[in-house]
Amino acid sequence: MTPLIEIRDVSKIYERGRQKVEVLHHIDLDVAQGDFLALMGPSGSGKTTLLNLIGGLDTPSGGSIGVGGQRIDNLGASALAKWRASQVGFVFQFYNLMPMLSAQRNVELPLLLTKLSGAERRKRAAIALELVGLADRASHKPAELSGGQQQRVSIARAIVSDPTLLVCDEPTGDLDRQSAEDVLTLLRALNRDHGKTILMVTHDPKAAEYANQTLHLDKGTLVEQTVA
Amino acid sequence: MKYLHLIWASLFRSKTRTILTLVSIVAAFLLFGLLDAVRTSFAQAGQSANGAQRLQTGSKLSFIQLLPQSLQARMVGVPGVKTVTYANWFGGAYQDPHNQVFSFAVAPNYLDVYPEMAVSDAERKAFADTRTGVLVGEGLAQRFHWKVGDRIPMQSTIFPDRSGSKNWAFDVTGIIHSTDKKASGFFDQMLLLHWSHFDDTTPYNRGQVGWYVTRVGDVNQADRVAKAIDALSANSDHETRTQTEQAATASWVKQLADIGLIVTSIMGAVFFTLMLLSGNTMMQAVRERTGELAVLKTIGFSNASVLAMVLAESVLLLVLGGVIGIALSEPLIPVISHGSNGMLSLSPVGPGSWALGLSLMLAIGVLVGALPAWSAMRLNIVDALARR
Amino acid sequence: MKIWVSLLLILLLAGVLAVWVILPWQGALVLAALFAAWLVATRSGRRAMSVANVGISTLGQRLGSSAVIVVGIAGVVGVLVAMLAMAEGYAETLRKTGSLDTAIVLRGASAAEVMSGLDHDSIVQIAQTAGIARDAKGEPLASPETVVAANLPLKDGTADDEGSVQLRGVGAEAWTVRPQVRIVDGRRFTPGLRELIVGRGAAKQFAGLVPGHEIRLGSQTWTVTGVFASGDALESEIWADANVVAETYERGNSRNSVTVRLANPTGFAAFKSALEANPQLKIEASTTLDYFSKQSEGTATVIRIIGIVVGTIMAIGAMFGALNTMFAAVAARAREIATLRAIGFAGLPVVVAILIETMLLALAGGVIGGATAWLLFNGYGASTMAAGSVGKLSFELHVTAGVLWQGLKWALAIGLIGGLFPAVRAATMPVTAALREL
Repeated sequence: MTPLIEIRDVSKIYERGRQKVEVLHHIDLDVAQGDFLALMGPSGSGKTTLLNLIGGLDTPSGGSIGVGGQRIDNLGASALAKWRASQVGFVFQFYNLMPMLSAQRNVELPLLLTKLSGAERRKRAAIALELVGLADRASHKPAELSGGQQQRVSIARAIVSDPTLLVCDEPTGDLDRQSAEDVLTLLRALNRDHGKTILMVTHDPKAAEYANQTLHLDKGTLVEQTVA
Repeated sequence: MKYLHLIWASLFRSKTRTILTLVSIVAAFLLFGLLDAVRTSFAQAGQSANGAQRLQTGSKLSFIQLLPQSLQARMVGVPGVKTVTYANWFGGAYQDPHNQVFSFAVAPNYLDVYPEMAVSDAERKAFADTRTGVLVGEGLAQRFHWKVGDRIPMQSTIFPDRSGSKNWAFDVTGIIHSTDKKASGFFDQMLLLHWSHFDDTTPYNRGQVGWYVTRVGDVNQADRVAKAIDALSANSDHETRTQTEQAATASWVKQLADIGLIVTSIMGAVFFTLMLLSGNTMMQAVRERTGELAVLKTIGFSNASVLAMVLAESVLLLVLGGVIGIALSEPLIPVISHGSNGMLSLSPVGPGSWALGLSLMLAIGVLVGALPAWSAMRLNIVDALARR
Repeated sequence: MKIWVSLLLILLLAGVLAVWVILPWQGALVLAALFAAWLVATRSGRRAMSVANVGISTLGQRLGSSAVIVVGIAGVVGVLVAMLAMAEGYAETLRKTGSLDTAIVLRGASAAEVMSGLDHDSIVQIAQTAGIARDAKGEPLASPETVVAANLPLKDGTADDEGSVQLRGVGAEAWTVRPQVRIVDGRRFTPGLRELIVGRGAAKQFAGLVPGHEIRLGSQTWTVTGVFASGDALESEIWADANVVAETYERGNSRNSVTVRLANPTGFAAFKSALEANPQLKIEASTTLDYFSKQSEGTATVIRIIGIVVGTIMAIGAMFGALNTMFAAVAARAREIATLRAIGFAGLPVVVAILIETMLLALAGGVIGGATAWLLFNGYGASTMAAGSVGKLSFELHVTAGVLWQGLKWALAIGLIGGLFPAVRAATMPVTAALREL
């Protein structure tokens, strides 16, 4: 079976002033459809950079990335934006919800980029909120929600347009133990029951246990693969 | 527009800042509404459908020089002329020489040339039948609490009667209602008395007329008729100058002050400071929201759409404040006209002013939002997210 | 509790502003001196200064938002000063035209010279009244004058554009009664001929008023023989021999007014009673200073009111701009301010420090606005139909010290209001919350 994500010989070099820093060195990686992959490594190892590349937030300095048979390393900014809208959902460490919008409206945001009618958008957002167990909090603003609840709203937003891929950067990094467990359970359910392919960066080994594969990055190269 | 809710919510993200900025914008456009009303009132003075049919004939020598009454019969004979009437400045004042009243001694057919002055038939007849009768504008009657039937004392600052006294007395026989909303202040404050009574009573007039007003049959012939009227008195000792009412009024206004220049200069200063102020607000707003804008981009909003949203926010801010500002100026305008006792008769904020105001709001909104929108567009997602 | 504090604040503010409005500049200097003394001599004063110094030294980082206050207030002051300068210039020009030792006599109950009419008999009697100065030959220094309007083509218009200029027909004594009038180009007109001299202001407004040129008044041709200057409203007029003017305008022997020079510079009251004692005269007399000052009042007041109304609306805009900027500044420095208060700085030094910062910016705005108005408008020529005359009056805008002080007052008042509420917010915000914000 062809892997969903094919990463071949990918490198990323940042230029800070006159200094050139090579953050990723010749990475080769395959991710299968329906995988739940954890990416671990010390700070500065380049895991967030790799995640950004796979999610189409940045382009590699060398090599190729293919997702679902489409090359994304050679797309321009607006083409990447379009690709992200339909193919990727993001979950961040600090939730990144719009503070002035209700949970419902936050979840609807990605749908504004589609041709759906207002009623359709509301329906889909409601379904997504239902899925993460927060249907009763739809009209609350982020300030009125706990950290864990905000993260779950953020996950609802990430899945509302039914993307191919879910990309999570330290999703439990800012949560207490209980909330973290709720979020990870949710992610695992999305993966097992709904077949979502998930890539998760984390520094917490306990979080990594929820994934079915863990990769380790050190100084920009893949070090070992452990299968859960 | 489905993005409206997002743009509106973004605008009010920092309620204090947005509301404070809005008040400043409201103040600026309130001033615009008032000043533009003044500007258009002066620019349009004398321009009316009825005015287009009227010509004013005065002495070429000066506006205080009088003309012989015999000229009327000759003017009526000029082709294209429908009606000729005349009037003299009476120089009336009520109770105090400095309380000037717009008073005119007029020919019997004066009202025929001014359909904007509506007087009931009964009152017209009463006026015609009463030698000492006067017709009073509604606003003027209200100002001094005059009613039909009152006998009012009036001074003339210029003309004494045969005994040398400047005190005259008149009977109020009717009220003039103005049908022209734009020039209402002027007709509203007038007092009309009979020329014949005036000429008989004062020894200083000697059968002369202040100026003639002619109603032409065809508006397009106005200039030709004007020249023909002036030709009647060419090379005499009472040479005339005939102009359309519009030209005469415009000339008078021009001598008063260059209103357009003053208004434009003030509004220039106002909008300059406004642009700086709202520009600063928008820059602050975008700077605070780099994270959120980055997230929008991760979701899939293109750079161009982020640019558009920030621009839309800026325009929305300006339009919201601007519309409220101009709307607020509307009720204030009649207050100002009223307070000037007929000296200023301001027209209400017309579609022209609204159109100008809206284009200014759009232009300023775009100008002010351009830089912040551009920096939002250029925002690097990875850097912005890393900064959180 | 919060509401009472706000109300109290607003009342206090209203009181301070009421006093400020009437304060002359000497009062402000005294206040400033007292304040400086407090800053230097007392402990809380010195603390306020140190907090203020920190704020002021970081102004460079907040150029954009600081500019909002400065430019906003500069705009208000600029417009206000320009309008007040217009009123001032107009009133001054008319005021200068009169003096205490000359009097003008009109027909009773005339609002202005042009509306008055005196017959020959009255003129003779007026000239004979006691109190008028006499020349070497014993003739009274009295000038019976005719004032009329003349339509002349404007300089900056099409050939058809005409304006009205006040034409004054003067008697032989006009020059001795008005010594400020002097010929600066050409020569005086010859009595009895259709010749006239034009004021400098009139020459600027109307076409063809150059010595040697001919102009048409109505159907007659007149020759311009000279230009005169007087530094007042008379410069907007054109002068000719009263007899010739009276003939042209069919006035016969009557004149509009008689202007006299008083024998005794303080002898107006005596002169007036002498006139009123004559039962055959129905006249009104006033010193020319009084007469022209009154004429200017109406229009000058209107211009001032317009300036103040426009200025007030602009000031509201500037004030909210200042509030915005200072609220943001206080929010941005919440941590510093909270730290200071945690250390032990009381509320007052913090409030005063923020006020100092705001008012310094306001002062800068006021100075820039006033200076710009002075540069652009001082001496700027303007003209309008003057009240009580029938001709265009030329005058120059005059940005006086008084007008600049008014502008500065407004600037500081806006700064005070715009800075007070944020300052109080800074002094009363919960310290722990601010310290927690990272």
